This record gives sequence, structure tokens and C-alpha cells, in this order.
Amino acid sequence: MINLPLIPLLIPMLFAVILLFFPKRIILQRAVATGALALTVLASFWLIYEVYTGGILAVTLGSWPAPFGITLVSDLFSALLVSTSSIITLFVVLYSFESIRKEREKFYYYPGVLFLLTGVNGAFTTGDIFNLFVFVEVLLMASYLLIVLGGEKAQLRESIKYILVNVISSALFVSAVAYLYSVTGTLSMADLAVKIPQIEAVGILTVIAVLFLVVFGFKGAIFPLYFWLPGSYHAPPMPVLALFGALLTKVGVYAIIRTYTLFFTMNTGYTHELLSIVALLTIAAGCIGALAYFDVKKIIVYNIIIAVGVILFGAAQLTEAGIDGAIFYLIHDMMIKAALFFLVGIVAILFGTSDLRKMGGLMKTRPALGWFYLIAAFGLAGIPPLSGFPGKLLIVQGGFEDLKLWGSLFVLASSLLVLMSVIRIFLYAFWGDPVETVKIKEPVFRRMFYPAAGMVILTIVLGAGAEWFMPLISGAGEVLLNPSFYIDAVLKE
Amino acid sequence: MEIFMSVLIGFLFMAAVYLMLSKSLLRIIIGTAVLSHGAHLLILTMGGLGGRKPPVVAEGVTVADYADPLPQALILTAIVISFAVTSFFLVLAYRAYQELGTDNVNLMRGTEDYD
Repeated sequence: MINLPLIPLLIPMLFAVILLFFPKRIILQRAVATGALALTVLASFWLIYEVYTGGILAVTLGSWPAPFGITLVSDLFSALLVSTSSIITLFVVLYSFESIRKEREKFYYYPGVLFLLTGVNGAFTTGDIFNLFVFVEVLLMASYLLIVLGGEKAQLRESIKYILVNVISSALFVSAVAYLYSVTGTLSMADLAVKIPQIEAVGILTVIAVLFLVVFGFKGAIFPLYFWLPGSYHAPPMPVLALFGALLTKVGVYAIIRTYTLFFTMNTGYTHELLSIVALLTIAAGCIGALAYFDVKKIIVYNIIIAVGVILFGAAQLTEAGIDGAIFYLIHDMMIKAALFFLVGIVAILFGTSDLRKMGGLMKTRPALGWFYLIAAFGLAGIPPLSGFPGKLLIVQGGFEDLKLWGSLFVLASSLLVLMSVIRIFLYAFWGDPVETVKIKEPVFRRMFYPAAGMVILTIVLGAGAEWFMPLISGAGEVLLNPSFYIDAVLKE
Repeated sequence: MEIFMSVLIGFLFMAAVYLMLSKSLLRIIIGTAVLSHGAHLLILTMGGLGGRKPPVVAEGVTVADYADPLPQALILTAIVISFAVTSFFLVLAYRAYQELGTDNVNLMRGTEDYD
């Protein structure tokens, strides 16, 4: 099956087009979207199996030989991320049934979600830097639709800023690609990895590497380019927020990790040092935000920024422990963020507000929700044996090996602040005097709660069964640390 | 020729930044369009402006005569994308103007449901 890397892209795209034909038939929309995503998940598991047993898969579109045509490459890193994002999208759709409202479902909500997944999976799979830009635009177009869908005042206001920031970063992306092309004469990532070490003008390549860091930093919300994120992510409804929080920033993070391990390795003393400093500043900025607000959405949104910093600190080390930790933490963070947004969304619906000070006493009426939230909060902070622990352990260990003692201590200290920020939600919303909650029907509650609980259980499996997943993670890390594997797989002919 | 193009691209970027820093939403959108034009011209220029023959193998044409086809393909893709984004942005701006009653971004600084 030589075209296997294409299948997790094609299934959501095909079904999204089909869904466009009957927007008003909600039951059918739900069924087709769920079926399409289940198929995507199965295809992505198959992809992992094939890549794990048979090595990196590369498809050259139109059979143009590798450095000239566009290549799609599935190594373990990209296959793992494709699977994780497909699973999360499936759960988001299940969670949406009761929480997105019928008006949105009638106006192309499900096609939007599927097109977003097409863009995300494409960005994770592509082996061509300009094609990466195209897939990022695909997912951004879908995200523009999802962020404004519903047309509430706050949504319109915030989506203007969101689109403006992304248009500017896209223009910078095109400019950065132009500079890279003029210096190297190629855009295929594998070919770049061959050509860049041969170029003597390290200075100009360093400038281009930093320009790419700025571009991907806009998407990935690193310090100081995260300013747009808290406002924009506050506006859309909770399922969309869960989708954005889990997937969109991670595309930027993926692109930084891919480019900074595969070909921008000519001046690591400057670029990777810069990356680790920026990562630590990102953690600091996120911690301040996470502790400053009384709004449950804002607290979790700032936790996205903290996690981006932690992942990039691991990736900046270029040691085995650091890279493996970054990959594990990336997958963990995508899942735990989705789970937390689901749970917090239910809490916000129950109280009719997202302000913590107007909440209280939910533990007495909804104990299961409380316990699952507590598990997810501990998982986010990295308490063993939950899923945040192995990744953070490896990242901190990598920092010690790479003589970044203070950085590692800083990451450890930030874990305490992360724990404090999410436990505050627990203290306010679940403990204290009971506050009157909005009456929602029991089946409706269950249909929102089961996907959320399922997501939490998946993170528990990821954490407790870390030993089973480690071969996959270290296989992914091995390719990142040895670009020659990637180059040989793409340029084999 | 490359120098002239660089100056032109710089001028387009400057005009775009000026427009995007203004308060009217329409000017901002025109600014994003100008910015993407600058980026597209940048690709064309960075690919090298030499080459007068189409990139097709033919009698008596050497590699030095070819125009580089790749930047043109990239520009075409980028133009289509920025065209779509700009039209979406214009529709969104009109809808926001109807809903919010203003096109002044200074007045869109609301954070009403949290402190």
C-alpha cells in the first residue's frame, strides 16, 4: 500500500465534501462525520503499524522524482501525531452533539471540523516546506470558519484579530520560504537537509532559521508572539476551543521541531540556545497568565502556552532524552488539553458562566465529574503515574545532561504553578458552598460526560502504559536525531 | 533589475505596515492584501529574474536560458490562497460592521465577560 500516508488526509477531505451537500440534516451529518473520523483513526493506526514495522514511508506525488516533486513523508513522529489528532477530533465531534447547538450544526460545522483535520494531518505528513505552508493555510481557512461560526459579537470581534495575525504570519511564511529558496535552491525538506550543511554562508542561514522560528512561533504561540491567543481562544464555543487548543498550536510546535532537527542544525550554538531561552520565557509568561485569571477558559488557555514552552525546551536540547521527552509530552499535551477543555466546558455549562467566583459545591451533585477533573488536573501537572510524568521526566533529564541545570529546575518549578492553577478550578468549582446549577437533562449530561471521561481514560492509559508506547516514541526520536534516516527514505532512488 | 524589485518590495511592505496600523478595518484589509503582494513579488525576485525561454527541453536551449518555473508555481498558489483569505476577510468585516456598529478597531477592544 504505497499511498498509505495519503489516506488519513483523503478520508476527512472526501467526507467533508460529501457533507457539504446536505447541511440541514443534522442526524446524517453527525453519523457521517463520526464514521469518517473512525475510519481516519483506523487508517492512522494502520499507518503507525506499517511505519513501525517497515520503516519510513514516502510518497512522491505525480511520481516526480524526489527533490523535484512534492513528497509526503510518514515517519513515526508524524504518524503518531496524525493518530493523536484524529482520535482527538473524533472525541470532539462526539462531544459536540450536545454542546455546539443546532444552528451551528446546520451551518457546516462538521465539514469545517473535517477540513481542519485534513489540514492538520497534511501539515504533519508533508515533506516539502512550501506544501507545509499550503496545508497550514487549509487548516487556517477551516479555523476561520469555526472561530466565527455562530456570529456572536465576541466571536466576530476576536476572529478579526485572529485572521489579521494569521494573514501577517502567512505573508512572513511566504517571505521566509522565498529567502530559503534563494539560498538553497530547493524546498524539499530532505533535499534541504542535504544541501544546507554544504553551504558556507552560515550567517544568512541563521537569519532564515530565526525567521522561520518567528513564523512558526506565531502559529505555536511562543513568547513574545502568543499575545493573540488568549483573546482569540476565549471567543469560540467549547468544542471548537478544545479542537484549537489541542491541535492548532501543536502544528506550529511540530514545524519548529521538524525544521530545527532536520535541517536548521548548522549553528545550534545560536539557534537552539535562542529556542531554549524563548521556551523558558514562554513558560514564565504562561504561568503568570494561568494564575492571574478567574475565568476557567483563560486558565486552561494559558496552560496551552506553558506546555508549548515545555515541549520546545525539550526539543531545543538535541539529546535523546530531550527529544523523546518532547515527543511524549507533545502527544500527552494534545490529549490532556482536549480532556480538560471538555470537562471545564461541562462545568461552565452547568453553572452558566465561566467565572470561578460564581461557582461552588459541584462535588456533591456531580462526583464523577469532579474525580475525572482531578485526575486530568494531576495528569497535566505531571504527577506519576499519569501521562504528564514520563514526558516531563525525560525533558528535565535531558536538560541536566545538556548542562541546562537552571532550565530544568525552572521546568520543575513551573509544574507546581501549573498544578496550582488547575487545582484552583477544583477548589472553587467543586468544593465550597453549593451554588445553584443550570438544570440539564440527565441523558444530555451523559452524552457530554462520556466523551470527556473517555479522553481522560486515554490519557491514563498513555501515562500508566508509557512502557508500551516508549518503543514508538524512541523510534520517532531516533529519526529526528539522525536526519540521514529521513533523507535516505525520501531520496532513495 | 533585482535592486529595483527589492526597493519596490520594500515599498509595498512599508505601505502595508502603514495601512495595517490605521484604525479603519477596511484600510487594514487593504494593508493585508498589499502585504501579500509584496511577499509574492519577493518569491519571484528571490528565484532570480534571468531566463527568457520557457522551461521546456528544446533544440539549442541551454540551462542558463531557462526561466525558473518553481517561483511562478509558488506565486500562483500563494495568490489563490491570499485571494480567498482576503475575500473571506472582507465579508467578515462587513458582517462585523453590521453586528458591532463600528469599523474602528479601537472600539473592538472589548473584554466584557471576564476581568
